[in-house]
Amino acid sequence: MDSTILLFLLQDGITNGAVYALLGIAIVLIFAVTRVIFIPQGELVAFGALTYALLEAGRLPGTVWLTAAFGALAFAFDLAASLSTGIDARKLARSAGFNLALPAALLAVTHEVAGAGFGPGVHILVTLALVTPLGPYIYRVAFQPIASASILALLITAVGVHLALVGLGLVFFGAEGVRAPSLSELTLELGPLLVSGQSLVIYAVTLLAIGALWFFFERALWGKALKATAVNRLGARLVGIRTTFAGALAFGLAALVGALSGILIAPVTTIYYDTGFLIGLKGFVAAIVGALASYPLTAVAALAVGIVEAFSSFVASDLKEVIVFMLIIPVLVWRSLTQPHVEEED
Amino acid sequence: MSVEPGIRPDAVEATVLLDIASASIAYGKVRAVEGASLRVGAGEIVTVIGANGAGKSTLLNAAMGALPLAAGAMTFLGRDVSRLAVEERVALGLSLVPERRELFSTMSVEDNLVLGGFRVARAVARDTLAEVYDRFPRLKERRRQLAGTMSGGERQMLAMGRALMGRPKLLMLDEPSLGLAPRIVADIFRIIADLRASGVSILLVEQNARAALAAADVAHVMELGAVTLSGPAAVLARDERVIESYLGLH
Repeated sequence: MDSTILLFLLQDGITNGAVYALLGIAIVLIFAVTRVIFIPQGELVAFGALTYALLEAGRLPGTVWLTAAFGALAFAFDLAASLSTGIDARKLARSAGFNLALPAALLAVTHEVAGAGFGPGVHILVTLALVTPLGPYIYRVAFQPIASASILALLITAVGVHLALVGLGLVFFGAEGVRAPSLSELTLELGPLLVSGQSLVIYAVTLLAIGALWFFFERALWGKALKATAVNRLGARLVGIRTTFAGALAFGLAALVGALSGILIAPVTTIYYDTGFLIGLKGFVAAIVGALASYPLTAVAALAVGIVEAFSSFVASDLKEVIVFMLIIPVLVWRSLTQPHVEEED
Repeated sequence: MSVEPGIRPDAVEATVLLDIASASIAYGKVRAVEGASLRVGAGEIVTVIGANGAGKSTLLNAAMGALPLAAGAMTFLGRDVSRLAVEERVALGLSLVPERRELFSTMSVEDNLVLGGFRVARAVARDTLAEVYDRFPRLKERRRQLAGTMSGGERQMLAMGRALMGRPKLLMLDEPSLGLAPRIVADIFRIIADLRASGVSILLVEQNARAALAAADVAHVMELGAVTLSGPAAVLARDERVIESYLGLH
């Protein structure tokens, strides 16, 4: 292996690692706020990628119907809850606006945009707008009703949601794979390295997204409220933070980050309805190394996962997934040896 | 069943803030509180004293909505709150400083306080923050420090400051003196008296019966989940049973 190959693999690894970092951060965020280990994060990436690629191909993405269906389901849950506790007209109107009117408006807008010859900029915005509401809808339907269940029950529910989303992905997107054109045709020559414009876009967007999340959590009141919910749920309720809203917000942010990651990788690899799972699992490995708590550690681990993956696909390409997922074992052993065992609280 | 936010006819006197009537509270099948009643009027300090495990904290947690009522009624400002969530009671002006403080330990003192005003308009929260810093100068000195690194007394002050940031009408304090040095306990009780002077009503649960009876207007004694004795604090402080059980050898 000469230095050119080494540098090439390193660059490839960092590019993938940047996307895994976004996924890992989203998984940590959801876990911190809601205690859900969100296995289906990868599906949101796949849906983002498929939506963007289909829009770029001038077609109407199935996401419009998927989002509308989930919104309707979320509204049905709100309606049922409201019937059992007494109807609050204002709450129901708000729910109808978010769960019914929003997807309807998105459907109308997407219908106008699809095939009308808009550029990537508009397609990116539409993709983000279509996939992001899926986060709160999924939270409302699958997790909010069992918000105080054990971590294990929430995890099993997450696995169920993953299976359901893969099936729905097949229904709404079909079995064919799609790939989007690159976001930038530029290539940069750095000594022996050719850095593609797409890689540069991935680095820039990842850094910007991480910066924006940092700003949100450190400076914005709502960001602090999410952080507070993660640190102490009872404390958060005592100051009047509605934990269900915090959960919906966390899922919305995670879906936004997922859709963004999908847009970033759509030009790099061919995406099928079930591609998300393996990508999501790599973000999950990074999140586990970060103990589902540390954002910086997760980001660093994600880069390591990307680099290990790049090298193992060069050295032993058949075993590359095995090698990546085996990374988790020494980390778990080390954690269980160095950290005192803590019983799950509340 | 919908909950009507109507005013109860007998609350017209308007001085009653919190009215708990024959409340029973259970953990699963175990009844921790059985038929307890108490009222807190505007501007009053009401205390509940009793031994460890008598159900005092349980009663406060139920008043805040962290535990459901198994039986009985609960109104706040004449409005039935017995089925409202914690967050909704906060919005009405109820606030609890729990025994374990429940601070945001990995966040700064100032962030804890700012979040305390989460429900309050921004401008009001800014003024209230200045008031809280005046009341607890120690918190101002330490505003950049992480809440989890402070001493027990400072954490208690931060918990009280955070509760005050929400501009509560009724502040419920669960064992504010627990585990604190006597000098700090005196500080805490001085602050409680100050708070009442500024118009906040207080429901105080304490094992330190002597300090609680000295500070309160009305007192209730809880034993084994029931309120067994109620009356003006000054009267209870001279009651033989209270002296024997709670004021004896401390």
